[in-house]
Amino acid sequence: MTDTAKTVDRTRVARWLQEYGVYVAVVALVLFNIAFTANFLTVGNFRTQLIQAAPVLVVALGMALVIGTEGVDLSVGAVMALSAALIPLYLGAGTLPAVAIALAAGLAAGALNGVLVAKVGIQPIVATLALLVGGRGLALVLADGQLVQLHDPAFLALGTGELLGIPVSVLIAAVLAVLMAALVGKTAFGRRLVAIGGNRRASVLAGLPVNRVLIGVYAICGLLAALAGVLSTARLGAGDPADAGLLMELSAITAVVVGGTPLTGGRVRILGTVMGVLLMQLVRATLIKHNLPDSTAQMIQAAIIVGAVYVARERSSR
Amino acid sequence: MTAAPTLAGQDSTRRELMTGVLQKQGAAIALVLMVAVAWLLFPRFGSLDNLRDIALQSSFLAIIALGMTFVIITGGIDLSVGSVYALGGVLAAYGAQWGFLVALLLPLAVCGLIGLINGLLVAKTGMAPFIVTLATLLFARGLLLAITSEGATTYKIPEGEVFVELGRGTLFGFGYPVFIAAALCLIGGLVLRRTRFGQSVFATGGSEQSAKLMGLPVARTKVTVYVMSGVLSGLAGALTAAYLQSGVTVIGVGLELDAISVVVIGGTLLTGGMGTILGTVIGVGIRTVIQNVINQIGTLDSNYQSVVSGAFLLVVVVLQRSLARTTTRR
Repeated sequence: MTDTAKTVDRTRVARWLQEYGVYVAVVALVLFNIAFTANFLTVGNFRTQLIQAAPVLVVALGMALVIGTEGVDLSVGAVMALSAALIPLYLGAGTLPAVAIALAAGLAAGALNGVLVAKVGIQPIVATLALLVGGRGLALVLADGQLVQLHDPAFLALGTGELLGIPVSVLIAAVLAVLMAALVGKTAFGRRLVAIGGNRRASVLAGLPVNRVLIGVYAICGLLAALAGVLSTARLGAGDPADAGLLMELSAITAVVVGGTPLTGGRVRILGTVMGVLLMQLVRATLIKHNLPDSTAQMIQAAIIVGAVYVARERSSR
Repeated sequence: MTAAPTLAGQDSTRRELMTGVLQKQGAAIALVLMVAVAWLLFPRFGSLDNLRDIALQSSFLAIIALGMTFVIITGGIDLSVGSVYALGGVLAAYGAQWGFLVALLLPLAVCGLIGLINGLLVAKTGMAPFIVTLATLLFARGLLLAITSEGATTYKIPEGEVFVELGRGTLFGFGYPVFIAAALCLIGGLVLRRTRFGQSVFATGGSEQSAKLMGLPVARTKVTVYVMSGVLSGLAGALTAAYLQSGVTVIGVGLELDAISVVVIGGTLLTGGMGTILGTVIGVGIRTVIQNVINQIGTLDSNYQSVVSGAFLLVVVVLQRSLARTTTRR
C-alpha cells in the first residue's frame, strides 16, 4: 500500500458507518418524512407503524442471536405459520392453552434446529431449510388449508388491545428487546453465544458448553417466531397459515444485518436490530405514502440490503 | 486424513465400503425403491401418460437445479432462481410479439445479466452469496412487478406464435423440454468432469485459498457459475411460459428451496467442493415422484407434498452427515 493513511481513514469511515449508519438512516428518514409527508407526525401514524413493525421485531430479535453464533434460521416464517394454524385449533380450550401450545411448538421446532446444528453438525442453512420446506406444509395440513376467523375477545386483545395507551403487541416487542439486550450484554449465556460466533473451535477448546448454548439460541429463536405468529394472528383476527410469516426470514435477516450484526457472527447488536426493523418499516411506509409502487419499494429494499452488507463486509474481511 | 486404526480390520473395511456405497448411491437406491413401490401400489403410476408427466415436470426443475449444482459446488448459493424463473417466463411471453428469437433471447439476456450482478458482487466484493442473491431475489420480483404494470398475473403469448412449440411440442411422445433438460444435464456433467473449468469449480469450493495459490481463475469461475445459474433459470422460465402459452408473474415463489433441496438430496455438499450432476438429476426425480405419488393418493392434501419433501430432506442430510462421520473420522 502506498497510501496507508487514506486506507486507515477509509476503514474507519466504514466501521463508523457500520456501527452507526442505521441510526443515521433512521433519523434522516424520520426528518424527511416530517418535512415532506402529510400526516406523518400524528399519533395514529406512529401507532400504525409500530404495530406493523412489532412482529418483525420479535422475530428479528431471535434471529440476531442466531446470526451472532454464525448461524441463520430460515424456518421462522414457517414457525409463524404453525402458530397461525395451531391457535384456532386449540382456542376452544381457552386463550392461555392455545397460546401455550403455539409457543411450545415454536420452542420444540427451534430446539430441533439447534440439535441438528449443534449435535449432528449440519450447516444452519440446511438444518433450518428442512423445516422451512416442511413447516408451512404441515401448518396448511393442520388447518386444512383454510383461513379461520377468530372471535375470542381475550385472544384478539393481544392484537388490538392497549395498555397505558400503547398497543399490547408493541409493548411486548419493546420488553423483549430490553430482555434480549440484557441477555446478550449481561449474562454468561450472552457472552458465550458471542464467543461461539467469533470462534466456535476455540470455544470448544475453552470448555464452553457450545452445544447447550447453540440449542438454547435456536430454541429462543423458534419461541420468538411462534410468539410473532401469535401476535400477527391476533391482529389479523384470523389464523392464515398460507400467508402468515411469508418471507419473514428475509425481513428478519435483513433487519439484523442492516442493524450491524455481521453474518459472520461474533457480534450481536440488539439496539441496531431494533433500528434495522424501524428502518425497513419506514422505507416501506415512506414509499407507499409517496405513492411509489410496491415494485419500486422492493427494488429499493434490495439496494439497501446490498449497500448495508457492502459496508458490513469491510470489518469482517478475512 | 486416514481412517482410525481398528482391531477388526476386515470387518470395518466392509462397513466402510457399505457406508461408502450408501453415501454415494443412497439417493439412487431411494429413487429406485420409491419408483418400485409406487409402481406396485398405483397401477396408473407406470402408465406412459404419467411417466410423460413426471418427465415434463422434472425438466423445468432439473434445468434450474443444474445451475444451482454448479453454484453450490463453488461453495455458494443462489436464492434468486425462483424470481429469475418467473421473470424469464414473463419476458419470454412479452418478447414473443417480436417472434421466436426475441422470445428466447430476451429472457436469457436479462436473467444472465442478473446472474452477472450476483457473480460480480460475490466474487469481487467478498459479500456472502446468501445475502447477495437474497437481494436479487427481491430485485427480480420488483422488476417483474414493474414491467407487468403491477397486478396483472398472466401475459398471453400471441396466438399461433411458433415459440409455444418449444414447450408444447413432443418427440416420441415426450415434450421438448424433457430433451432440452436431458441434453443440458449431459453437457453440464461433461463440463464439470472433463474440463478445466470444471476443475476450477471443484477447486474453488474445496479450498478457495489453495485454488488461488494454484493460479486458478477463482473470481472468473464464480462469476461464470452465477451467470450460468441465471441463464438456466431464465431458460426454465421461458420454457414454462411456452408450455403454459403465457408468462405467469406469481410462479416460482419458493422454487429456490426446491432447487437447493434436490441438489442436497443428490449428494452435493453445501459446503462446496463435492457434487455430481447425476445426483442432482436423481434428486429431481425423487422430488417429482413424491409429488406424483401424493397426487395419486388423491385423498391426501396436496400440502403433504412439502411435508414429505421437508422430512425427506431432513433424513437425507442427517444420514449424509452421520455417514460422513463414520467414513472420515477426525
